[in-house]
Amino acid sequence: MKVSVLRFPGTNCELDTKYAFEKLGHSVEIIWHEDKSLPLDTKLVVVPGGFSYGDYLRSGSIARFAPIMKAVEEFANRGGYVLGICNGFQILTEIGLLEGALKRNNNLHFISKYQYLTVSNSDNTFLSGYNNDDVLNIPIAHADGNYYIDDEGYKSLEENNQILLRYCNKDGDRVVVNGSVSSIAGICNKNKNVFGLMPHPERAIETILGSMDGIKMLESFDR
Amino acid sequence: MKAIVNVYLKNGVLDPQGKAAHHALDSLGFNGVVEDVRIGKQIILKLSSSDEESAKVEVEKMCETLLANTVIEDYSIEIVK
Repeated sequence: MKVSVLRFPGTNCELDTKYAFEKLGHSVEIIWHEDKSLPLDTKLVVVPGGFSYGDYLRSGSIARFAPIMKAVEEFANRGGYVLGICNGFQILTEIGLLEGALKRNNNLHFISKYQYLTVSNSDNTFLSGYNNDDVLNIPIAHADGNYYIDDEGYKSLEENNQILLRYCNKDGDRVVVNGSVSSIAGICNKNKNVFGLMPHPERAIETILGSMDGIKMLESFDR
Repeated sequence: MKAIVNVYLKNGVLDPQGKAAHHALDSLGFNGVVEDVRIGKQIILKLSSSDEESAKVEVEKMCETLLANTVIEDYSIEIVK
């Protein structure tokens, strides 16, 4: 499978992401933000984590106008799989491929730690390797991960099973980590081909890293 | 001509920075004086145009596309000669 990983000025997780997908046996190409098209055999686009454009103005607000993002939008609208991790999630909400927005964490801190997550909906490609209510342990590292959506939007996310991951404790009970509405850590679009999450699955793929819980998430696109 | 754009979180969207500043003001002895604190940002644009009306329309477009995220933020525009 061909995975295209985007790189903007300030992106810093593209090589970890490449490593993770290569470990799973995929061919990975890093795509420069000024490119206007994706490799034709792309099966998955990853918008990786980092600090594109220094997080200036709002996280992801400038990257979303990069030339490559037009190609990503078209790819997504044709049903192609797009995965946004951390800053990638912020970029996908800014461009409108995902609903809602990511605000400054409610405690104003940059939070960097392992965090338990619960699977809210596994009825999608992204989390097809897990079961509902599974508890995963995956690192988070962000300042702007406080997911916001208005009440109406929230209802629609729930009705369409678009809420995929929530922050929880090790028993699976929801916890407040950054102030997100309903402890949301990750969502998908209505068509379930665009996924965004604040946690970093690519950092939980080897026992030496402390967890392998992220592997099934990255494998899922190959099913 | 200049445009002064103020961007702030919508009413009803919790403003964590405002809340922290409010808390700090309270503990500095201003408790009871301040009812609410909202923190936003001000963007000052120097414009080449001299036509106020068309400038305002242009700046509004800038706010809708880039300067504000209208999912969570409101903005106001003031044109200054």
